Amino acid sequence: MRVFLSSLPAAVLLATVGLMSSGGTASSEEPADVRLQGAGASFPFPIYSKWFKVYSDAHQNVEIDYQSVGSGAGVENFIDNTVDFGASDKAMTPDEIARVKGGAQLLPLTAGNIVLTYNLPGVKELKLSREAYAGIFLGKVKTWNDPAIAKTNDGVKLPDSAINVVVRADGSGTSFVFTQHLSAISKEFAKSPGTNDMPAWPVGTRSKGNEGVTASIQTTPGSIGYVEFAYAMTQKMPMAQLENKSGAFVAPSTASGQAAIASATLAENLIGWAPDPPAKEAYPIATFTWLLSYKKNADPKKAEVLRDVLIYCLTDGQKESEALGYLPLPEAVAAKVKAAVQNVQ
Amino acid sequence: MPVDIQISQPPSRVQTLTNTLFRAFCYGFAWLTLAIGLFIVLKIVIAALPAIQQYGFGFLTGQVWDPHKNIYSILPEIWGTLYSSVFALILGTAFGLAAAIFLAEGFVADAVFALLRTVKLQSHPVWGKLPRQVDDLFLNLIELLAAIPSVVYGLWGLFVVIPLVRPACNWLHAQLGWIPLFGTDLSGPGMLPAVIVLSIMILPTITAVARGALVAVPSKLRMAAYGLGATRWETILAVTAPSASRGILGGVVLAFGRALGETMALAMLLGNQNTISISLFSPANTLAALLANAFPEAGPKDVGRLMYAATALLVITLVVNAAGAFIIQSTSVDQEGEKS
Repeated sequence: MRVFLSSLPAAVLLATVGLMSSGGTASSEEPADVRLQGAGASFPFPIYSKWFKVYSDAHQNVEIDYQSVGSGAGVENFIDNTVDFGASDKAMTPDEIARVKGGAQLLPLTAGNIVLTYNLPGVKELKLSREAYAGIFLGKVKTWNDPAIAKTNDGVKLPDSAINVVVRADGSGTSFVFTQHLSAISKEFAKSPGTNDMPAWPVGTRSKGNEGVTASIQTTPGSIGYVEFAYAMTQKMPMAQLENKSGAFVAPSTASGQAAIASATLAENLIGWAPDPPAKEAYPIATFTWLLSYKKNADPKKAEVLRDVLIYCLTDGQKESEALGYLPLPEAVAAKVKAAVQNVQ
Repeated sequence: MPVDIQISQPPSRVQTLTNTLFRAFCYGFAWLTLAIGLFIVLKIVIAALPAIQQYGFGFLTGQVWDPHKNIYSILPEIWGTLYSSVFALILGTAFGLAAAIFLAEGFVADAVFALLRTVKLQSHPVWGKLPRQVDDLFLNLIELLAAIPSVVYGLWGLFVVIPLVRPACNWLHAQLGWIPLFGTDLSGPGMLPAVIVLSIMILPTITAVARGALVAVPSKLRMAAYGLGATRWETILAVTAPSASRGILGGVVLAFGRALGETMALAMLLGNQNTISISLFSPANTLAALLANAFPEAGPKDVGRLMYAATALLVITLVVNAAGAFIIQSTSVDQEGEKS
């Protein structure tokens, strides 16, 4: 007890020193001339914060704040004009776009795979057919040695135990994209629970956030759930190979994800989905995530800086993607988005 | 030199002014506290009004929350909130009260004292203080439990409690599955781990308040009981604890309030599944967890529904606290009757 108490002030002191020193470096810089404030999706937060940090390190007069408050809140803040830019995994609905004063320019800046990760001791490789994984999330396929799973996994010793499904409890773009895909491949899923960011899952325990789902799967043998690629990658968790539209089993990777998003046809407003990519080498569940910017900004200087930041993200920034578990945009898409950046005035 | 120097003098203008100002401040802040509370309630209810009008009472009695079908209701969350809180309260009160008696009656100190006596150190200037210090240490340790952030409890539950209790739970389910309490198996998150963690979270409240009440019992009551030939346990159970019952109940009500509103740890451990089950191993959901999970992505229409849910939680908390206050009031009258 005494040891604990006496070490407390020391810890507080250390923390204070740390704060002071980090504050000190900030104040030694030149005062920021332009301060951009953004808020929105949590999915691209790691890569956005990396980009914005690299950019403001290189440009001493620019400071960029990004808060990962969730796609829904990001869109709301963007419509209410309380931020300089927003971010959303669900893009925006036409209604929402109509409510933006000054017009909205949506820009897909990066993309990612959504993977099925599982905890089955001894099973290194798992191939799931469309029937199998749709069935699992509908609560139809209940045990690991169900014929639907066993059929595609010759030689794999599947346990005779219940499948513990783990889904997201909180509203999230990840759930939206995942249920969009399941609705595309299963009529039954489309009917209920359907595409939603917080669907009424017929099965499974629900955990909060990607990190919650990851933790639940790690601590529960026999479980399976969906998370963003980056989370499974950093935790070195096994990821299932999924059957795509053309019947091939594809593991999530940069190449297979890029093949998937390449099939998304971007509309005039740069919104586009790949709910069920047809290409043979495409991993079936991948999506863009959008940065929301105003076509007409009140402060031309801010608009100019934002354009510069966006161009950086679309060129040099893309090289950071892979290491962080994101998909670099295909060249054609990047070129299209770069052209659209000029609409931000 | 004048002889009649007055020692007392009328308050100076500064003193009067300070006094008036101080009073004004105290009144102001006291009313402000009330006003803020009312303001919060009012704001939540106003935000909930559209949803209350749209969904009516069915919102509280239905069991489905399905955005795709546009059906919203929160009975499973209400059930989960009450069930987890009541169970945690039972567990927490049992342990918390035991700890409070243990600490208030100086059992630890006695044991340390006895130990010191065997090595003849009981009146040593340094060692002699040990019994008291050990007592304080235990009290501090329990109070420290209250300082642990909720999310840390959640993580601990996720990585320690669930794997620890899972085998026992599944064995109970396999052997005694016909008892409704053990009706399902524990796959991962579920009611029991959540209740265990929640009871630890509310334990310090119960212990601290109950210990305070037990210590405050006049020692002459205890002496009288001993004098009548009561043993130590008889004294504790028949005299000390009943005399302190008002304070103990106060602690229990406070703890219940905390359990109802606890969010993060439960959101991590309950499984957030909209099921109503009597089984201790089934996943469940709570109102606070629903709010925490749904708010970040909520659009304008969702906010109304969530505010309705928040209103329900508010009403439950209010009712519980009012009931608690009522119980304390009525038992305290009994006590005073006995004393006279």
